[in-house]
Amino acid sequence: MTGTILSTNGLIKRFGGLLATDNVSLEIATGELHAIIGPNGAGKTTLIRQLSGEMRPTAGSVMLDGQDITAAPMHRRSHMGLARSYQITSIFPDMTARENVALAVQAHDGHSFRFWAPAADDARLAGPALAALDQVGLGARADIPASALSHGEHRQLEIAMALATRPRLLLLDEPMAGMGPDESARMVALLKTLKRSLTIVLIEHDMDAVFQLADRLTVLVYGRAIATGTPEAIRVNREVRQAYLGDGHGG
Amino acid sequence: MILFIEQILNGVQIGLLLFLLAAGLTLVFGIMDLVNLAHGSLYMMGAYFAAVLTKLTGSFFLGALLALPAALLLGIVVEVVALRSLYSRDHLDQVLATFGLILFFNEAAQLVFGVAGMTIPLPEALQGQIQIMPGLPYPTYRFVVVAVGLACALSLYWLVVRTRVGMLIRAGASNREMAGALGVNIARLYTLVFGLGAALAALAGLMAAPITTVRVGMGENILILAFVVIVIGGIGSVRGAFVAAFLVGLLDTVGRAFLPDILTLFINPIQAASLAQGLSSMLIYILMALVLVVRPAGLFPAPGR
Amino acid sequence: MAIKPTPTVAVATIVLAGFALLPVYAVLAGDSFVLSLGTRILVMALAAASLNLILGYGGMVSFGHAAYLGVGGYVVGIMAYHGVTSAWVQWPVAILLSAAVALFIGALSLRTRGLYFIMITLAFAQMIYYVGVGLYDYGGDDGLTLNARSDFGGFPSLDDRPQFYYLCFILLVAALYLMKRLVGSRFGQVIRGAKSNDPRMHAIGFPTMRYRLTAFVIAGAVCGLAGVLLANQADFVSPATMHWTRSGDLIVMVVLGGMGSLMGPVYGALTVLALEESLSSLTHYWKIIFGPFLVLVVLFGKGGIAGLIARWERRK
Repeated sequence: MTGTILSTNGLIKRFGGLLATDNVSLEIATGELHAIIGPNGAGKTTLIRQLSGEMRPTAGSVMLDGQDITAAPMHRRSHMGLARSYQITSIFPDMTARENVALAVQAHDGHSFRFWAPAADDARLAGPALAALDQVGLGARADIPASALSHGEHRQLEIAMALATRPRLLLLDEPMAGMGPDESARMVALLKTLKRSLTIVLIEHDMDAVFQLADRLTVLVYGRAIATGTPEAIRVNREVRQAYLGDGHGG
Repeated sequence: MILFIEQILNGVQIGLLLFLLAAGLTLVFGIMDLVNLAHGSLYMMGAYFAAVLTKLTGSFFLGALLALPAALLLGIVVEVVALRSLYSRDHLDQVLATFGLILFFNEAAQLVFGVAGMTIPLPEALQGQIQIMPGLPYPTYRFVVVAVGLACALSLYWLVVRTRVGMLIRAGASNREMAGALGVNIARLYTLVFGLGAALAALAGLMAAPITTVRVGMGENILILAFVVIVIGGIGSVRGAFVAAFLVGLLDTVGRAFLPDILTLFINPIQAASLAQGLSSMLIYILMALVLVVRPAGLFPAPGR
Repeated sequence: MAIKPTPTVAVATIVLAGFALLPVYAVLAGDSFVLSLGTRILVMALAAASLNLILGYGGMVSFGHAAYLGVGGYVVGIMAYHGVTSAWVQWPVAILLSAAVALFIGALSLRTRGLYFIMITLAFAQMIYYVGVGLYDYGGDDGLTLNARSDFGGFPSLDDRPQFYYLCFILLVAALYLMKRLVGSRFGQVIRGAKSNDPRMHAIGFPTMRYRLTAFVIAGAVCGLAGVLLANQADFVSPATMHWTRSGDLIVMVVLGGMGSLMGPVYGALTVLALEESLSSLTHYWKIIFGPFLVLVVLFGKGGIAGLIARWERRK
């Protein structure tokens, strides 16, 4: 491993009396697939939101490539190479799959104060957009309105949009949520390819997938990171077994 | 000094009328997520009902007392016939449909009650003046308006904070699903709240009627003011509406009363009067813009939105 | 891109051709009233088209769009009052001032969302309305009659009805073409994306505020131009031009015609003004019919007239 791409230092997020993120200090190494697991309500999505910039932490800091980005808005983080997918599908339903991804390409192709030339005929957008769609296996569905795609395809589209921003770090919030076994298997295969070229932070409930994919894991319980380590180390960690795996189910 | 106290009293009175109007508006928005432009029409209809019923019964008190259930009924009819199907729509649809209702009510009022407008003569008991302090007489009727307004504000506070219905209203405002899960008949709760809002608007309208005249369009300008009030106060917050109504009422009256004099120091009186008229009307919008720039969700943002 | 003769295209062509030929009919039939009605429809269509850019495509429910009608109109009125009647001076000033007002209003309003946005745009429009009321030297509440119409130095002459009509027609068609290019451009994609899912736009790297504000300013400028035309058509401008119900009328035109469709505002303006003319000749109380009609449109007429045509197209 060649250094740290993203780190948090003493991250705290408070909602009224509830401590959703409790002094979390994480280090994501460049090139790794780092999974964050934990029971429901452990604050995983809240953590991702603070990493992506949707939510300001109450205290603590987030560093990307050694730069403090705690106060940076989402669009700036995107331009620094950070992309995310959402747990609950967040796409542009009234556009086609291609237009969805083309927008993500456009965001990283200079400013958009271009008022005259039709975006639909723009090869600089269409080319990379189709490439990203192909990469996730949606190439054949490019011209279908996004609202008409299936749930599994929405998840794929999410990833394609994230990829189209040419990120170095991908934050994936339950990319397999609600998928059938076949779709899940395909997503795992896709993530295996992606992790060769990208750093990935993955929140996922599907433990089989997590243990297949992750280089390292962090276990979050009640907003606290109780353990970080390799899958093997986490499997045998007593505290983790007690707090999390021990309580019967991995949900 | 005496003029100043008098203006403060006038401001309080306008503030209370605004609150009566804004309370219904903010409840309806907070609970049903409905933008109701036609709320001003209910204000107008309340005034017309009171005018007609006063004429029929020969008594302002009786007329006013009968106008309230009439307005409540009208509110319920409007809710059931037109607005119920708008709850799930976006705000634009609601704005548009209730804009249509305004057109309807304005024309209907002209058709039924005539173009000329109506006046409500005050009963003798309310015509006099009360000596507040030496050299400061104040019209009895305006006192009554303040008293009734305050009584309503207090009862509304009691209703929302202390009673079971109020608990349901607050539950409905912060969490629709939860209220449903508690076994509340949501549809009936909505109708009830809307009717209550209609009655409050009508009360404001009929109390304003003897001071101004009852005419078509009387609800429109004050509706915009009421919207300003709920936006400043924080949409959905009754407490915010109360505070903001006083702010707006006081700013409006005080501006209107003193701006001409202040401006006369700089320009000639006729120009000053005209400029002051425009400027004092602008003051509250400037206040609203300032509030929203600093606090985009109003002074008392309701939880959960 | 080849244009297919779909019903959408066919209806648009027929309506625009109808507008193009109206003066011919007016001259032949000796009906000058229809020409001034036609001019008014074209001008309102232009105003509605500008609102459609931000409301229909950008999802910004501005409830104060009539303010720019007033700004444009008052520039013409006030300059004419002081003897400046040249259109080459008046019109750019009107358009630039409308744009500046929109920049000011937009910069503050676009920070808010939803109902707050609707209300703050309404509040700003009310402020400008009261500025109009406060213009004592220029008629205050009563408004200002134009000394003379804008003067292009001979041609086109706004005092000549057909010439004025065709000027409005050309400006409307030009504006529609501008909208078409805008909406299809990269800029347009950002506006549409921000309407559809603004947080997602930020996540993929767009600072959307500056794009939405730009659209808001363009819309204000175009509506200012419509205000210039409206004042010239009526030879009069007054605060009533900016009354909040006028902003409501513009929203009605956009929604009735079909939000986010190029020709929607034209259909909307045509329908509203034609209904007003025909219903008001039927009864003085025409709004008693028009009001409930609006409610029905909202409840059952999703997509407005343009949406109706598109649905008919898909069924075939």
